[in-house]
Amino acid sequence: MQALVVVAHGSHLNPDSSTPTYRHADTVRETGVFDEVATAFWKEEPSFREVLRTLESETVYVVPLFISEGYFTEQVIPRELRLESFDVEQWDSDGTSASSTTLEASDVDKTIHYCGPAGTHDAMTDVIVRRAESVTDNGDVGDGFGLAVVGHGTERNENSAKAIRYHADRIRDSGRFDEVRDLYMDEEPEVDDVSDHFETDDVVVVPLFVADGYHTQEDIPEDMGLTDDYRTGWETPAEVDSTRIWYAGAVGTEPLMADVLLERARDAGADVGSAVEQVRRDTRAGAD
Amino acid sequence: MTTPAVARLSSAVREEPVACDGLHAEYDEDSYRLAIPEAGVERETLTESEFETLAADHERYVQNWAYWNEDRADADEAFLRWLEAADETAIPDRYESLRAGTARSWGELRIEVRLVDGKRRYEIRHTDDAGRTDLDRHDEPLDARSLVTEDDDGRYRPLKTAPSLPHGWVFPDLTGRACVETVEYVYPATVANWYLERQGELDVDHWEATIGRQSGIYGVVQTWNRGDSYEHVNWVAEACCADSQCVKRREWEYDDETELDVPGGDGAFPCREPCSLVIAAARKWTRLEGEQEQRYEFTLTPSEKEQVEEIIDAVADGRAAEIREADTADPANRYRARYLRAKRFDEDDNLSGTPTETSE
Repeated sequence: MQALVVVAHGSHLNPDSSTPTYRHADTVRETGVFDEVATAFWKEEPSFREVLRTLESETVYVVPLFISEGYFTEQVIPRELRLESFDVEQWDSDGTSASSTTLEASDVDKTIHYCGPAGTHDAMTDVIVRRAESVTDNGDVGDGFGLAVVGHGTERNENSAKAIRYHADRIRDSGRFDEVRDLYMDEEPEVDDVSDHFETDDVVVVPLFVADGYHTQEDIPEDMGLTDDYRTGWETPAEVDSTRIWYAGAVGTEPLMADVLLERARDAGADVGSAVEQVRRDTRAGAD
Repeated sequence: MTTPAVARLSSAVREEPVACDGLHAEYDEDSYRLAIPEAGVERETLTESEFETLAADHERYVQNWAYWNEDRADADEAFLRWLEAADETAIPDRYESLRAGTARSWGELRIEVRLVDGKRRYEIRHTDDAGRTDLDRHDEPLDARSLVTEDDDGRYRPLKTAPSLPHGWVFPDLTGRACVETVEYVYPATVANWYLERQGELDVDHWEATIGRQSGIYGVVQTWNRGDSYEHVNWVAEACCADSQCVKRREWEYDDETELDVPGGDGAFPCREPCSLVIAAARKWTRLEGEQEQRYEFTLTPSEKEQVEEIIDAVADGRAAEIREADTADPANRYRARYLRAKRFDEDDNLSGTPTETSE
């Protein structure tokens, strides 16, 4: 038997924090390719500490629903799951290239394939683009449009900005959008002056966050000038300094995120059959 | 007549001996043995058809074996057997109570198992909702996840085992597997930890070990410990882990050798380490308790002093919202509190005009 465990941050205060995690886990569960699909949280239950013992499967794929490599993926999650032989060197990562490592957890008799975070997988690039399609309701969006990928910034972790740049570069290289920029909340180039960074009249803004919360629903909309008060909401698109801003909200809420979880597990050796293709097809807006 | 269960039994017994809840069956060189001591059955050298006829005469034992012979995880099986007190009740009595329906409490859940057309079916609802017929029906275990996200007042429940489980729903007709799955959504990992405890294998992480492995913003909690003192951990456990706050039974103590002085509670399932809410609260207390005590002087009437105490009690016991608007006999009544504030706070919200920061 094989299990997928999606591990995420969760929240003591905001019930919406875990919503995307649940939704994507449900999507994967419905494909039927895993005997068990579980979720676990740093701030909710089951905790990272106790999730593995709830599973029957002897082979477990653990995928962190986090945006970047760093404190959580390298310290907190392996420690709390009791992956005692984990060493970050096993990932041999340049900051965005962690794939997976195979370990044992000291409290259960199982093989644990511990994967890199969802946020740095190549398939995440497609989720950002899909998010842009969703918010503009245009499956071919790109021509005449700019795209801003927004991150938190460095703060505690340089890999956070690396992940943003990585995807922004890949989308830019694809040539689909007229312009692509990586912007940040707490460092230059800042998201506050979004229209200064683009020549195009239309700009899609996609924050690289797992869940909607304070940053994506209060901070960023106010900083960008979409609204003076987040409680009154904003238009989509909203006109700011003669630029139409299509604000997408947290990329992690896009249904295609489920595909990234599957691909992480597949890359680590999970047998996922044709579930990747199925999820890519079924999560498209308007799909039955 | 050979029922499917009897046919399964004779086929199974040819592979290996069967022993389940008073039923013993063996097969050796073309002959069968069947023993059900409590029913006075003890027969050897039976042919297959004699064996099946005799087994069919005691079909409850055979059906019972067939159910417990299904493939399921050890913890799930132990839990489902516990629900019907299988290890303590012989088949005749057990089947009688199963026909009527027999229920156990698990936290705030009431779980009933009963026989419907000879098969075990499970029903789950809030213990307070026993006997209610106006409940919303659910059949998918996954529904439980969103049902328990908020309490009856629509407030988010960050602790799944807080005794604030909402009312008004029922899962009336679950299989054993779906029953365990539903319980897992309501109270994650409780069956697994309960089972480990029954096996004598529960891995309890005490306070010292748990805060010792914290890092990042929670690393600071380690600095709260001062030598041999553990009084502060008693206060944490009393504040967060009493039965009025969490339906788990606290099994963690200060450390391997030092038990806390406050009771761990009467919960059916154990709590094996301080949870994330306790750690987050302890981080706050670590900072607050870093302050030095000071002596303040306040002027209050005796009733006002008691009123302050009552207000703290009302908030601590979650009673503040229940106090009726016009019940001015209750010292924690809103008008009473507003009057006290109007009378005793100065323009800077200082009680009795006494500033928080005292000058030397």
